[in-house]
Amino acid sequence: MLAEYGYVLMFLAIGCVFTAVTLLVAGLLRPNRPSPEKLMTYECGEEPVGSAWIQYNHRFYVIALMFLVFEVEVVLLFPWATVFQDMGWYAFWAMIVFVSLIFIGFLYELGKGALQWDKPQPQIPRYVEGVGVVPHHWKPESEVADVVGQPAANVSGSTQDTATE
Amino acid sequence: MDPLIFSILVMLAVVLLFMLPSAAVAVYAERRVSAFIQNRYGPNRVGPLGLFQPFADVIKLFFKEDIIPDKANRALYILAPMIPVATAIVTVAVIPFSEFVYITDLNIGVLFLLAVASLSVYGVTLAGWASNSKYSLLGGLRSAAQMISYELPMGVALASVILFAGSLSVVDIVGSQETWWNVFRNPIACIIFIVAAFAEANRTPFDLVEAEQELVGGFHTEYSSMKFGTFFLAEYMHVVIASMLITTFFFGGYHLPFAGYWLPEMGVIAKSVLDISVFLAKTTFWAFVFIWIRWTLPRFKFNQLMRIGWSRLLPLGIINFIVIAIILYYLG
Repeated sequence: MLAEYGYVLMFLAIGCVFTAVTLLVAGLLRPNRPSPEKLMTYECGEEPVGSAWIQYNHRFYVIALMFLVFEVEVVLLFPWATVFQDMGWYAFWAMIVFVSLIFIGFLYELGKGALQWDKPQPQIPRYVEGVGVVPHHWKPESEVADVVGQPAANVSGSTQDTATE
Repeated sequence: MDPLIFSILVMLAVVLLFMLPSAAVAVYAERRVSAFIQNRYGPNRVGPLGLFQPFADVIKLFFKEDIIPDKANRALYILAPMIPVATAIVTVAVIPFSEFVYITDLNIGVLFLLAVASLSVYGVTLAGWASNSKYSLLGGLRSAAQMISYELPMGVALASVILFAGSLSVVDIVGSQETWWNVFRNPIACIIFIVAAFAEANRTPFDLVEAEQELVGGFHTEYSSMKFGTFFLAEYMHVVIASMLITTFFFGGYHLPFAGYWLPEMGVIAKSVLDISVFLAKTTFWAFVFIWIRWTLPRFKFNQLMRIGWSRLLPLGIINFIVIAIILYYLG
């Protein structure tokens, strides 16, 4: 058994040595004439503004958390999947129920929109000439209602639909 | 000769005579096939039919000046290009080329493959972070999110393959497909696995990691010279590896279709030659499909990518797994 992992280790060593040697040989062959402009990070020709090591969107973190939950589940499936036909009904249904439980939790999370990457547009009040600052769903009075006290069917519908698309 | 030294030499031969030329051929094929699809010539000047073009490219890359940005994290910046190549080469160790020809038969081969696939995320992500460039960082983050998202459907699809084989060893999985390939027994998992393999290899339509139009070069924006060349090599190695995995898990590996029914007994040498040629033919076909799709389909948006991975492929994979488990348990 150990010998089999030894082969894997050897392949890993070959991979590392191969790339290291390639980079080393290239390092000996190529010219090296650095200048401040060359050593700048690329930002479309502008001077780079600040560092790139900044805080980024937390949604990547949520994805990583979800990944962890499901990867553990998948790894748990593997040993079960090799022997499930030799085991009794209890062991079989225990796993099915376990997978279903996690799956239902996952569906709940999907329904909640936790994994939805495109969030709806923020609803920002805007300024209208002659009226002042109005909420995002505001419309000129001429479009709002024909019958008094009963708003038209798509008061806020049209703008919101295009915004959340 | 000492068996240990002998086996090391054999492995070096496999890696140097198989993996590197296959990557070179894949680069050449990509350019010729894309030219064919777009109705142009492609590289046809260097050597007969332009066959020496990859070598000319490598020589050019060797003599290019290498630039490490001032603000980059030097150690990680230099380490990053080595990871994808090393993981690609390690994968070959567990793939059976024939009934008798394989490097090693790990009894947890599938877990090993998944673990190595996860490791290759590090190369791209570290490259993106270590460059200290905004484009690179975005590319690296996207790649991390994309690759871990598609690893789950891939894992679930493989779990349903194991239901049929009853073993985690890759050799046993191929052996179980002698009569019926998994693509016939388990077509949904096959589709999921192919889609996930495209995403793991960062190929179009899932190449948001690079996305030239918006991120310049993505994670390798700041890389030049042979360090860029190493990433390039790794990309095509991963195309070849992904083709091999698709072949191994779903298209019968080295088996001819329904070979269990009609293939007569053969000698070891004849069987090995037949097996290896069948395996290579299938791998070549899938590598061609990789190139074909790259030059046919446009790229997804990132929200579409996440939606396909999480709310389509993963539920589909889990339902497929449960249904197959129940069918096999009560009918199989």
